[in-house]
Amino acid sequence: MELTATTTVRRPVAEVYAFWRLLENLPSFMAHLDEVRTTDEKSSTWTASAPFDHTVVWEALITEDLVEERIAWRSTEQADVPNEGTVSFLPSPDGAGTEVHVHLVFDIEAGKLGRAVAKYFGEDPRQQLDDDLRRLKQVLETGEVVRSDGAPWGKRARKEFPQRPAQPLTVEERREVLGA
Amino acid sequence: MRANCWAGRNEVEVREVPDPAILSGRDAIVGITSTAICGSDLHLVDGYVPTMQDGDVMGHEFMGEVLEVGPDVDPTRLRVGDRVVVPFPIACGACAACAAQLYSCCENSNPNAGIAEKMFGHPVAGLFGYSHLTGGFAGGQAQYARVPFADVGPLRIESDLTDEQVLFLSDILPTGYMGAEMCDIRPSDVVAVWGAGPVGQFAMDSARVLGAAAVIAIDKEPYRLRMAEEAGHIPVNFEEVDVRSRLLELSGGRGPDKCIDAVGMEATHGSAHLHAFDRVKQAVRSETDRPHALRQAIMSCRSGGIVSVVGVYGGFVDKFPAGAWMNRSVTLRTGQCHVQRYMTPLLERIERGELDPTRVITHRLTLEEAPRGYDIFKNKQADCEKVVLRP
Repeated sequence: MELTATTTVRRPVAEVYAFWRLLENLPSFMAHLDEVRTTDEKSSTWTASAPFDHTVVWEALITEDLVEERIAWRSTEQADVPNEGTVSFLPSPDGAGTEVHVHLVFDIEAGKLGRAVAKYFGEDPRQQLDDDLRRLKQVLETGEVVRSDGAPWGKRARKEFPQRPAQPLTVEERREVLGA
Repeated sequence: MRANCWAGRNEVEVREVPDPAILSGRDAIVGITSTAICGSDLHLVDGYVPTMQDGDVMGHEFMGEVLEVGPDVDPTRLRVGDRVVVPFPIACGACAACAAQLYSCCENSNPNAGIAEKMFGHPVAGLFGYSHLTGGFAGGQAQYARVPFADVGPLRIESDLTDEQVLFLSDILPTGYMGAEMCDIRPSDVVAVWGAGPVGQFAMDSARVLGAAAVIAIDKEPYRLRMAEEAGHIPVNFEEVDVRSRLLELSGGRGPDKCIDAVGMEATHGSAHLHAFDRVKQAVRSETDRPHALRQAIMSCRSGGIVSVVGVYGGFVDKFPAGAWMNRSVTLRTGQCHVQRYMTPLLERIERGELDPTRVITHRLTLEEAPRGYDIFKNKQADCEKVVLRP
């Protein structure tokens, strides 16, 4: 499965690159990622949620790091769902922002789990990636992932429609949504 | 708190719902002192805008007092105790659209951008009380509202103007004004406005303020035409006269230089057979909007003129007069109002007495009476032009 997506973030290239390069930031906007921990300059451990309350953990290696230009990574041999990705950063034509071009490849043919993950991504995995980039833009431009009453879940927004009604949350719902 | 909720097609109901609370750092909670029913609320209630859900709090025109602010709200822009008018589009103030003052196209305020993108090609801003397509934000026909990005949108009212004088800065006054502004009005211009509802009335007043030579009001409700006439505009009743002939008479045979569609998707005029065609297509959902006013505006506008659309459309239309539009060099301009752009200049015009928004108010009800307000507004009973609710 190969996915590409692009967005323009109204922040300087240096800032957008630096945000992405700190891989720990990725779960703040990528819906399926629970955690990324860097183990050294090039290596990191990624934890993603998978169907049926399972988690998938894999090691990844940065294969290319061109400062303020491009970052590429791939999972190491042991990964259940082999995957690799590239993100490129280009100044937008108006000079006011950064074009972010993402290219991801998941080897979902590799096993049962791969197919389950593909299913989890839904009928439209491209939409998931588009939504991830929308949240990247929200975080960088406004400092937060936007929440409404109908869709209060922040980055965990999965369900498009029907949602909860557009009326204020109960105290319990708010606690659950904010994870407090 | 009490809130007026969508309760299925053609039904609203005042219900007890939870009080809003801060969800994000830049939120504010506003205690609502005045709110209003908008013509576009009727599109939601009539079921022409998809993605409404039972229990959605209605309302996008409201004002009140700031009761609480989140920790990240810029204190130079908003503080507890401020009296504010809240614009209906929610705008982050940081994206490219906001930087270009295209606030209703804000790229960050709609958590359901994915849904909007499927419908419109690109997403649109979050709007208060206006379906899940535009974010699923609880609206302002309630006692309290949570206002996201509260240091961007809300306009502080520091003078002693009454609620009724400033409430409509939230939507219909800027919307009408933008309709006129998009016309690039020149002193020789004859401007025709389809729809003498509140937005149409304000588009007419704005066209006059911007210097039009003559302003024409097209509607079928005698009381609305009377209201326009009392404000100095020329009434044309499309049920009594042939609109095209009358407009030619009023513009020296040229056609109006500028035309404003302040009706939108639920227009009732046009020829009987075309109306039937649209109703059938709407009923089977192969056309969502009935664009009579838009068709007539394009056909009537003089060659090289401008048709400005502020009436709301939600989806697709048939029988769009592309030939007239293209061959006669007609410019079409439109947009959900970028309210934030107009609030301060229009407040100044109200303060100077150039515009009197209170002139459209015909009904003052309590929040509990909201369902009755919808009913009389929709059915144009009791000469209803604009309903203001007090929570």
